[in-house]
Amino acid sequence: MQLRDFSQSDSPGVASLFLAFLSVGLSGFGGVLPFARRMLVERRAWLTEAQFTETLALCQTLPGPNIVNVSVVVGSRFAGATGALAAVTGLLAAPVAIVLVLATLYGRYGAVGRAPAMIAGLGAAACGLVAATAAKMAAPIVRKRPVTAAPFIALAFVGVGLMRWPLIWVLLALAPLSVAAAWGRKA
Amino acid sequence: MKASPLGDVAVQFALLSLVAFGGANAVVPEMHRLTVTLRHWTSDAEFANLFAIAQAAPGPNVMIATLIGWKAAGLAGAVVATVAMCAPSCLLTYFAAKAWERWRETRWRAALGAGLAPVTVGLVVSSAWLLAHAADRGWKLVGVTAATAVVAYATKLNPLWCLAAAAGLGLAGLLG
Repeated sequence: MQLRDFSQSDSPGVASLFLAFLSVGLSGFGGVLPFARRMLVERRAWLTEAQFTETLALCQTLPGPNIVNVSVVVGSRFAGATGALAAVTGLLAAPVAIVLVLATLYGRYGAVGRAPAMIAGLGAAACGLVAATAAKMAAPIVRKRPVTAAPFIALAFVGVGLMRWPLIWVLLALAPLSVAAAWGRKA
Repeated sequence: MKASPLGDVAVQFALLSLVAFGGANAVVPEMHRLTVTLRHWTSDAEFANLFAIAQAAPGPNVMIATLIGWKAAGLAGAVVATVAMCAPSCLLTYFAAKAWERWRETRWRAALGAGLAPVTVGLVVSSAWLLAHAADRGWKLVGVTAATAVVAYATKLNPLWCLAAAAGLGLAGLLG
């Protein structure tokens, strides 16, 4: 299940990488990772389940949107730098176009009639979705590592959420301590 | 007339890209600090509106960067912010993937993954907290947030339905 095993005889080309990630970009709302897994593992069988998990582990260790990183890894493994570019472009092109259309409508009609109330409702729900994501991410950490990891959730929240300190200082202060506290365990 | 902030947008989002452990949702507070507090590209309430629009569009969470770029410097700003938010981390990923074979079994790789996770979660909690406070909210909107959080946490319902329901309630004048 090593990443280099990706290149098999029926490797997808640049065009099919672009189209595959175009469909991923268009399919998900509030996070598209589940759709990427379905496309890569189930529908096209480009990756095994283990390869996908391995790819995700790599991408979650690195900064940047996870799904964008996944598209880079998959694209580059099958078709080099061009493949990576095709996958990322495919993933982002349609959503960027759509969000800009929405933004233009918002700029023009955002203050008209009940539009502000609609956007306020949308914003309240969007905030709820982020809260649910946070809770889903926190639950296994709090359960498995209540002493060595859970306090860092609280500290990061105090620093960035409550105190509004610059992210970089909070990261530089907490990440080394948190990594040290995780030393010796399997990820 | 002020100079176009395109270069500033490019630099700021490129820097954000490299600290975005846990993805775009983890750097919402930092984007808010940049956009509202430091650069005055949007008001507090408008930031929340842009986040709502980004969530209502399909695709990755990174679209909030596109919209901030758009507010800061128009269409060119939108493209520049999107590319700047993705390019540095993409390059890093591209080269890290090549070295992954050597890294994957090392102790420090495991510790890095396990150590970054709780910090990232704290940042996403901060994002939710900040978004909840970014606009003046009546109890009805607080209720929408709470209901969405519970539904999204406890069920596998497509989040689009929560967004659509909340937008519908607002449009019907029930959230005023």
